[in-house]
Amino acid sequence: MISAVIMVAMLTTQDTSAGKQVYQKWCAGCHGDQGAGDGVAAKYMIPPPRDFTGAIYQIRSTASGNLPTDADLMRSLDEGLHGSAMPGWRNALSDRERRDVLAYIKTLSTFFADTTLRPQALEFGGAPSGGTGDEALKVGRQFYDSIGCQKCHGDLGRGDGPSAPTLKDDAGRIPIFPADLHQNWLFNGGGTVDDIYHRLRTGLDGTPMPSFSDLLENTFLTDGQLWRVAQYVRSLSPEKPPVVRDVIRAPLIERALPHAPDDSAWTSVDAYWFPLVGQVVRKSRWFAPAVTGVWVKAVHTADSLALQVTWDDRSESPDPAWLEHVGRVLATLEQDEGATEQPALWPDQIAVQFPVTIPTGMERPYFLMGSSSAPVYQWRWTSTARTAAVAGLARGLERFDPVANGGVGAQAVYEHGQWRVVFTRALASPDTASQLPFRTSRAIPVAFFAWDGSNGEHGTRMAISTWYFLALDEPVPARVFISPVLAMMLTLGLGMLVVWRAQQKTSYRRQQ
Amino acid sequence: MKGRIFSVVGGMFLLTVCSKGDNSQVQAAPPAADTPPPATATAGSAAGGTITGKIKFTGTAPRNPAIDMSEEAACKAKYTTTPTEENVVAGPANALSNVFVYVSAGVPAGQTFTAPTTPVVLDQSGCRYHPHVFGVMVGQPVEIRNSDPVLHNIKAVAKKNRPFNVSQPSAGMKTTRTFTAPEVTVNLQCNVHGWMHAWVGVRPDPFFAVSGADGSFSITGLPPGTYTIEAWHEKFGTQTATVTIAGTETKTANLTFAAR
Repeated sequence: MISAVIMVAMLTTQDTSAGKQVYQKWCAGCHGDQGAGDGVAAKYMIPPPRDFTGAIYQIRSTASGNLPTDADLMRSLDEGLHGSAMPGWRNALSDRERRDVLAYIKTLSTFFADTTLRPQALEFGGAPSGGTGDEALKVGRQFYDSIGCQKCHGDLGRGDGPSAPTLKDDAGRIPIFPADLHQNWLFNGGGTVDDIYHRLRTGLDGTPMPSFSDLLENTFLTDGQLWRVAQYVRSLSPEKPPVVRDVIRAPLIERALPHAPDDSAWTSVDAYWFPLVGQVVRKSRWFAPAVTGVWVKAVHTADSLALQVTWDDRSESPDPAWLEHVGRVLATLEQDEGATEQPALWPDQIAVQFPVTIPTGMERPYFLMGSSSAPVYQWRWTSTARTAAVAGLARGLERFDPVANGGVGAQAVYEHGQWRVVFTRALASPDTASQLPFRTSRAIPVAFFAWDGSNGEHGTRMAISTWYFLALDEPVPARVFISPVLAMMLTLGLGMLVVWRAQQKTSYRRQQ
Repeated sequence: MKGRIFSVVGGMFLLTVCSKGDNSQVQAAPPAADTPPPATATAGSAAGGTITGKIKFTGTAPRNPAIDMSEEAACKAKYTTTPTEENVVAGPANALSNVFVYVSAGVPAGQTFTAPTTPVVLDQSGCRYHPHVFGVMVGQPVEIRNSDPVLHNIKAVAKKNRPFNVSQPSAGMKTTRTFTAPEVTVNLQCNVHGWMHAWVGVRPDPFFAVSGADGSFSITGLPPGTYTIEAWHEKFGTQTATVTIAGTETKTANLTFAAR
């Protein structure tokens, strides 16, 4: 024991006091005073803050099991880890402060003091060209399968593989999610082809994601083929992270309303991305929502509206395979009630919210499901009653009153880690006092709520959005097309008349 | 008990730190070829005393959960009956196998041992690890083989050693790893198959054994001295005994765990 005390004393003398000050001010809240990843905020996070005492780092340029280089650590410090609560500090701290705190963090583990463990970055080379071509992506897909990516990340990469519900941290306590490969802007180590390839080579230590470097040594595949895997994974996400556009444009379509999520009418309709965040306003709060956002499409006919909401969800809840995972999620997070709730098989849910009437001014009901004096009109869908949606009035988070003759239809498809739900309703409303009549060419406020039952979400534990807008295109009247032609013809006629009259006068004068 | 392990390991660490550039005295890693340290014994030396004994347990062993291998037909096909986990493997008369037994104290400080270059082989077959528990010396290679035509990843969960996590997506693949610090035990696991666990006792000396199907173990080659032996079981914790060895005699140390 005494030797251990001496050892710690030896190490603490190396502390850079400046770095320690920065650490205590900015880092300790999550990472803990001693760097054990146990700060006061830690119990609200999945994934949890890094425990610096073990020096196990996900984002490295070094082989699995090796320490990260200083450049690796600085990168995570500068950029943050996008799939976690870790922000980037490049603009928040000075160069000097970041260097100091990095040096201090290294003193929190004995491993960095061991000179035999000096980290060395792997040689990565560069990506082969043609990575976005069909042939390259086919090769990438082939090796995606043969090296077993789908076991965790799922057939189409949405983090819904058969092993996904079982994944845990080293201590077997905290659940770990395989990344949704369609959301590269949330990858902890960055979303470029290079970033993805580096993660394949190094693995994410401390997580179930292994290093695939040994495959090259075993000549299971070539370096070029591993690059193709990275290029294939990159191809699953959009070219650029989705930009939030405030207004969903619902075009008028000259065909039957698409009730089915697979209706071909949807393919040509623009999709709008809305990010969701945890509901942390009212108790019981929720800090670890699983649904990161929804894609929304809308169309209307002369008399009806169809709204398609699509979101990635790694589990088709309720699914008993995820029950233990739910238990781990609930046990990891501090809950407002104090006691840990027993895990249960909750369903997935989605809610679309509108005001009861289209507001005339800037005033809108409270975005978080209205209030007792100013209710909101909602459509609610749950995975246990797939082809039904309930319309009703929400008066705050606690109260939802279904309306009679809601008239909202729903059809849903769950495929490869993704829900697609289509809501339909007549534009006109049988009860304009409680059910919003949809009108064209108006900015209709709309908001979204999502629950992943297999992430322990139900009731007030959910993902929420703010208000956005839905705008139904006006039918274009025929006169819009005819008027310009008529105007042109009239102008031409009048012009010719003037010319003809002028010529008449000229010839008359000559004759005189 | 943990304190004792820690102080032993911590002491060794301290010695290692303090003795930089003084290879002749203490060495945690296998010696460099050009400077063989004087006080070096070869692992598995035939001379010396032996500690042998049987490991048993009292009470009722918990049932090993059945493994659902329906996701892995190639593994499932290797069994005629439903395979189970190997958390508690009991033999006749409450004999307990898969117990890692080692000398936790008594080996003279400063004495170092050369790790064998022969690897310890860990096989993955039928989506289980073989052996389930094994010992290895610091610096001794561990050859991890995949005999299953399915993806396994091998993740080492360690505190005193660097953890690693590598993948083997096909049969015939081999990966060799070494451990750099004594640790009882390092957990090896496969995240694709959550039931797969193996336990590695990493020691700086060759004085360790794993109890067999009848619960018996034998640690050989011990120089005269008084030793603490510790028995570690993944579910039942640890047990210790003190044994004094004089000459080349064989002493018996039976250890009994309480099932929990």
